Amino acid sequence: MTAAVDAVMRALFAPGLLASGPVRTAAAVGGGAAVVCAIVGVFTVLRGEAFAGHALADVSSAGGSLSFLLGASPLLGFLGMSALAAAGLEAAGVRRAQGRDLATGVVLGAGLGLAALFLYFDATRTSAGGAAVAVMFGSMFAIPASTAPVAAAVGLVALGATAWLYRPLLLSSVSPDLAAARGVRLGATSLAHAVVLALAVALAAVTVGAILATALLVGPAATGIRLARRPAGAFAAAAGIGLGATWAGIGLAYDSAGWTPAHPWPVSFFVVALIMAVHLAVRGRAGRPAPALPGDGGEG
Amino acid sequence: MFAGFMLHTWLVATVVALVAGVVGLFVVVRGSAFAAHALPLGAFPGAAAATLLRLPPGVGLAAFALLGVAGIARLGRRGARDVATALTLVTLLGLGALCLSLTSEYSAAIYALLFGQVLGISARDVVVTFALGAVALAAAALLYRPLLLSSVSPDLAAAQGIAQGRMDLWFLGLLALATVMTLPVVGALLVFSLLVGPPAAARAVAGRPLAATFLSAGIALAIAWAAIALAYVSNWPVGFFVGTLGAAAYAAGRGAAAWRSRRARQAVAGAA
Repeated sequence: MTAAVDAVMRALFAPGLLASGPVRTAAAVGGGAAVVCAIVGVFTVLRGEAFAGHALADVSSAGGSLSFLLGASPLLGFLGMSALAAAGLEAAGVRRAQGRDLATGVVLGAGLGLAALFLYFDATRTSAGGAAVAVMFGSMFAIPASTAPVAAAVGLVALGATAWLYRPLLLSSVSPDLAAARGVRLGATSLAHAVVLALAVALAAVTVGAILATALLVGPAATGIRLARRPAGAFAAAAGIGLGATWAGIGLAYDSAGWTPAHPWPVSFFVVALIMAVHLAVRGRAGRPAPALPGDGGEG
Repeated sequence: MFAGFMLHTWLVATVVALVAGVVGLFVVVRGSAFAAHALPLGAFPGAAAATLLRLPPGVGLAAFALLGVAGIARLGRRGARDVATALTLVTLLGLGALCLSLTSEYSAAIYALLFGQVLGISARDVVVTFALGAVALAAAALLYRPLLLSSVSPDLAAAQGIAQGRMDLWFLGLLALATVMTLPVVGALLVFSLLVGPPAAARAVAGRPLAATFLSAGIALAIAWAAIALAYVSNWPVGFFVGTLGAAAYAAGRGAAAWRSRRARQAVAGAA
């Protein structure tokens, strides 16, 4: 049995994959980020806040580029800026449905302006060449091993908070009126969701890059919601899809070093392509049952 | 700042700002800020793909913008619009990550596409921008009434025989056109600031749609000109100024609207 698995693994993946330090760090941090994003993402999709999630990730790129400038850990930069953006969104009044889309857009525009400035300084004042690509599209194999414990702590805090608030969070996402009638404080749950969302996108930004973090957040979650009949199933399916796509993406990217001259292909490309392939396959299933959960069924 | 080589920049920026200000009003009225963000950002990798295939970058931008329109419209038909937009965007960007890594472009070129480039605009670029700008403004004028009506009151629009789905496609097409002509100047990430900041500010202040449209174009023009002047003086990226000034305009608009409604309330209270 073990020999068979071994043979399959060897046929699929280039030798040395699992012995390489950077690959192991990428698999650990990337896998963790994928699971956290998938779980948090189910709430984000149900609440119809995909744009806010994307905006937090994009704005966090300003933090990532600032950390290049200061020589600090990129994860801390992404975290700081995504938390600041979450606070900015709450302050700009995203909780009111009226003008929520606009307030998100304006915060996003201002944050991207800052990112432009910091990346300009990166390019002119430091030797950090390629900072723009690393921040925006990720550089999974360049994650320093020292990032792993911090990332693990951030991920555990996000998952712990989500587990603790599971019922009110789910109820307020699916039916705000029912939640209010049962005494759930909508403002507090919305704030809690914004905080865990900020943590999740910062983790994703370190792995697949700030502008692709949305793929880990929204893709597996939307697919999981379509697949499952019960909430628990949606979370499990989303986490499985995210984790599988990330690990397979890392394997394929490692393998792709010999496909074209010069470079290996970027991990982020494979992760996004796999997530989308699964999503389209699930969408296209003939005779699919009506979605059991609301949120991905109506106009958003 | 007003040297000969900057003339092209001023001309292009003027057209770009007018188109963004007008098209942006539709974005704001329809509540489509995510689409206005996703189309430019998703189109930008098209330039890298075009370089890879030895085509002019503009062709790649247009092709990716159309892919974006198709993706948002198709995936959004049976599912939440924001999820459809997000998935379309990351798919295009994922392709972009691949194309960028294969072209071994300088990161300076990527940076310029993301955050804008105000120098080195050729006379041909100016002509192309003017032509596309004229088409975009003419389309906006033709679509003005049906598009606003279908955004504000879908039922009334349906009663007049305006199909919601077709209007949505027209809107996305107009957005794609504005994207393709705006992107090379202010950059993929900040086309969006010009599309959202000025009309959001204008709408907070002006009541009537036509007044809001003109005010929005005026604010966009002021922001674009100020951003270029500041970028020229400081040598900082133009996108930084567009983003910051756009947010400032929105904050000012909200502040002005709040101040006016308080004055109105006070007047009512004083009269009573």
